[in-house]
Amino acid sequence: MDSSLLKELQKIVGTEYALSDRESLAVYGYDSTPELESCPAAVLLPAHGEEVATIVSRCAAAGVSVTVRGSGTNLSGGSISHDGGVVVQTSRMNRIIEIDEENLTATVEPGVITSALHRQVEARGLFYPPDPGSMHISTMGGNVAENSGGLRGLKYGVTADYVMGLETILANGDLLRTGGKVVKDVAGYNLNPLLVSSEGTLGIFTGITVKLIPKPQAKITMLAHFPAMSDAALAVSAIIAAKVIPATLEFLDKVTIKCVEDYAHVGLPLDVDAVLLIEVDGHPVVIAEEAAAVTEICKKHRCSFFQTAKDDGEALKLATARRTALSALARLRPTTILEDATVPRSCIAAMLQVIQEAAKKYDVTIGTFGHAGDGNLHPTCLTDERDPDEIKRAHQAFEVIFDAAIAMGGTITGEHGVGLAKKKYLPRLVGESGVRVMRGIKQAFDPQGILNPGKVI
Amino acid sequence: MDEVKLINCMRCGMCLPHCPTYRETFLETASPRGRVALIRKVTEGELDQSERLLEYLALCLDCQACASACPCGVNAGELVAEFSCEGKAGQGGLNFMEDLILRKLVPHPDRLETSMAPLRLYQRTGLQKLVRHLGILKMFPKPLARMEGLLPALPARPLRQEISEVTEAIGPERGSIGFFLGCVMSLIFSDASRATIQLLSALGYKVITPKNQVCCGAPNMLGGDLAGLQEAARTNVEIFAGYEVDFIVTDCGGCGAELKKYGHHGAGEAAAEFSARVRDISEVLALHADELALLLQPLALKVTYHDPCHIAHCQGIRREPRQLLKLIPELSYQELEAADACCGSAGTYNIARPEMSDRILQRKLDTIASSGAAVLVTSNPGCLLQLKKGLAEQLPNVRILHLTELLLQSLRAPVALKPS
Repeated sequence: MDSSLLKELQKIVGTEYALSDRESLAVYGYDSTPELESCPAAVLLPAHGEEVATIVSRCAAAGVSVTVRGSGTNLSGGSISHDGGVVVQTSRMNRIIEIDEENLTATVEPGVITSALHRQVEARGLFYPPDPGSMHISTMGGNVAENSGGLRGLKYGVTADYVMGLETILANGDLLRTGGKVVKDVAGYNLNPLLVSSEGTLGIFTGITVKLIPKPQAKITMLAHFPAMSDAALAVSAIIAAKVIPATLEFLDKVTIKCVEDYAHVGLPLDVDAVLLIEVDGHPVVIAEEAAAVTEICKKHRCSFFQTAKDDGEALKLATARRTALSALARLRPTTILEDATVPRSCIAAMLQVIQEAAKKYDVTIGTFGHAGDGNLHPTCLTDERDPDEIKRAHQAFEVIFDAAIAMGGTITGEHGVGLAKKKYLPRLVGESGVRVMRGIKQAFDPQGILNPGKVI
Repeated sequence: MDEVKLINCMRCGMCLPHCPTYRETFLETASPRGRVALIRKVTEGELDQSERLLEYLALCLDCQACASACPCGVNAGELVAEFSCEGKAGQGGLNFMEDLILRKLVPHPDRLETSMAPLRLYQRTGLQKLVRHLGILKMFPKPLARMEGLLPALPARPLRQEISEVTEAIGPERGSIGFFLGCVMSLIFSDASRATIQLLSALGYKVITPKNQVCCGAPNMLGGDLAGLQEAARTNVEIFAGYEVDFIVTDCGGCGAELKKYGHHGAGEAAAEFSARVRDISEVLALHADELALLLQPLALKVTYHDPCHIAHCQGIRREPRQLLKLIPELSYQELEAADACCGSAGTYNIARPEMSDRILQRKLDTIASSGAAVLVTSNPGCLLQLKKGLAEQLPNVRILHLTELLLQSLRAPVALKPS
């Protein structure tokens, strides 16, 4: 990197927070995506939005790209600087600016950790539902940029459903304010949903206002054991068809169960094909009825054992164990290639079938877990990066899975984003006109192409 | 380095919120995930083992909170320790105070005990008060001044010299215990180790404390002397093999963690057998919780517990100390927020890296203050030293005790008069 630009950037954030030594750059070359690495030229940790604006305008003037990063838990290579530009890490911008109990909103900086916001709002009897698997690590900025889902997506939706207002630094360093605290707003194009899930390619968030709702009064957490995987899948569809919408309806297959139990020791069964982790929340009277309905449906679908968490502690243990699923799978093999192909939820059983057949055909081990109630599964190929042939077969298996997802009316990614990893599949999904419109949008926001280049399209 | 251990890190970042230095800095180089990546890049030839790289790794406390948090079973703290041990072997890499403590004194109990004599004199003659009052310490090298500040009142003599080799069981003997007396426990916290022996004896154990036992070897490892650690392990295994004991017990978290690993150092079957018998004192006491409950007298105190890293993260012991505290009648137990977060002591870290150590200590002191506890209990000498100093400076009304000290107080408390 040009040394005069580096000096300027150092002046903006302070030398302590402008990294350019070989060692630092080497460890900012990755995020949580396997197989992808690319070193940036500098890493900056700004303290507030004005610093971000100055960084972007200086970099734009110098023609250097800017890639924004939170905690680096991205699963599609989205927070890696693909062309060796500048990485802007938002972790120091971690203030919760305001919790507005009259308007039911929270305004935060992008580096706030998702679960830190949960703690603050829940202490006031409020609720911010999006809870991605990585919520104790991931940042709000990253959640918005990727439109993260989570375990409660089935009932409460995803991040996009809660974003009300954004402050975004555009590619030339200008500040764009969209939305705010108003519930209704039809003035001009609706830009919030466009910026949500833009994966750092349209702008960098410096302020986020999200909607809050009252915290559910109570919840019941249940675990159902299924000797046959297909029965678990059918039970999922049956629960939804019965007009019960649990907050959480998670699926773990045998491989995943074993790995999670190995780490977390929460008493998961090792002799069944699948478990469903189900949580209903709301008014105590209502959830008692819902829990009874869920119990009956699971039993009708030949679940071998049905367990209700006896207290909040036990419920939390089960949910926490589920959150370790992806990482725990790495106990078996060092490289875990995870996908999040998503299908209409009525197709869950068919999708599980496709995954099993693909694993068999290409002779790879796939552990599957995920948000079954959303049709969003996470088939995870357990492999070893040192075995190129196996890696190749893993990708072949995923080709089959993606094509099947698209054919079922689903999508190639439900919540992890396109980034670099799924870029080549995007045209298959959105078609030529989809790509053209997306290119046009990117061009309108970032004509110079300096924001997170090489990603999405 | 074992390549498989490095490659197993899948970079999910689950360790990040648990790492004290990442929490302070938000820097990837100061995170477990980043440290594993740095080591891996050196072993793969992508990075040199530069001074800066070693400096980044040296910021690791080796608290192993990352290991507790890692679903894929990677122990970044241990990997850094192994890598740094290899790096330090045969070269400098230590500041003069670390060198003095880790290589020249601690591994040799006799030398260590002799070296403490002038310090004892220093305290007893009132010289310490004078020195502190006059601010003379400002004239000494910083690490020395810092050590002086950490030093609590020393016992008259090290416990190792005072205690008899065999302490008989009170009442019918249920078994015998080999007591591993930690160096710092013996020299500085001898009251706690005395309490440990008395508790075991009160529960019907004969306690044997072999006089010729040597340091557990953990300081050797920190000082880059793997051979020294192996030698210490061989000696201790041999000494304890000479006694018929049910358990080998220690009340030092650091020693316990090291002794339990003797079997891993390739020292053979005897070492594995030794390690299998090692217990932290809380593990043995918890076995007899029902009987202990009958012996303990009321202590109406609000108490909280700090998990030493070497107990919680390295040995996985969390339940037992809490269970034991809750046995004490009328005691009100308050769980500490982030109880298993490091206090910043970490061996000689608080001397080598005072600035980071103080930032980490401050978080701990803040949680202690908000717990409202009158007594802080912990069970590792490093934590005792660090927290004692921190409490004295900021929370003088909070007392700090080793777990066994508080239990012994309860055992000895006068029986409350029952209304007739």
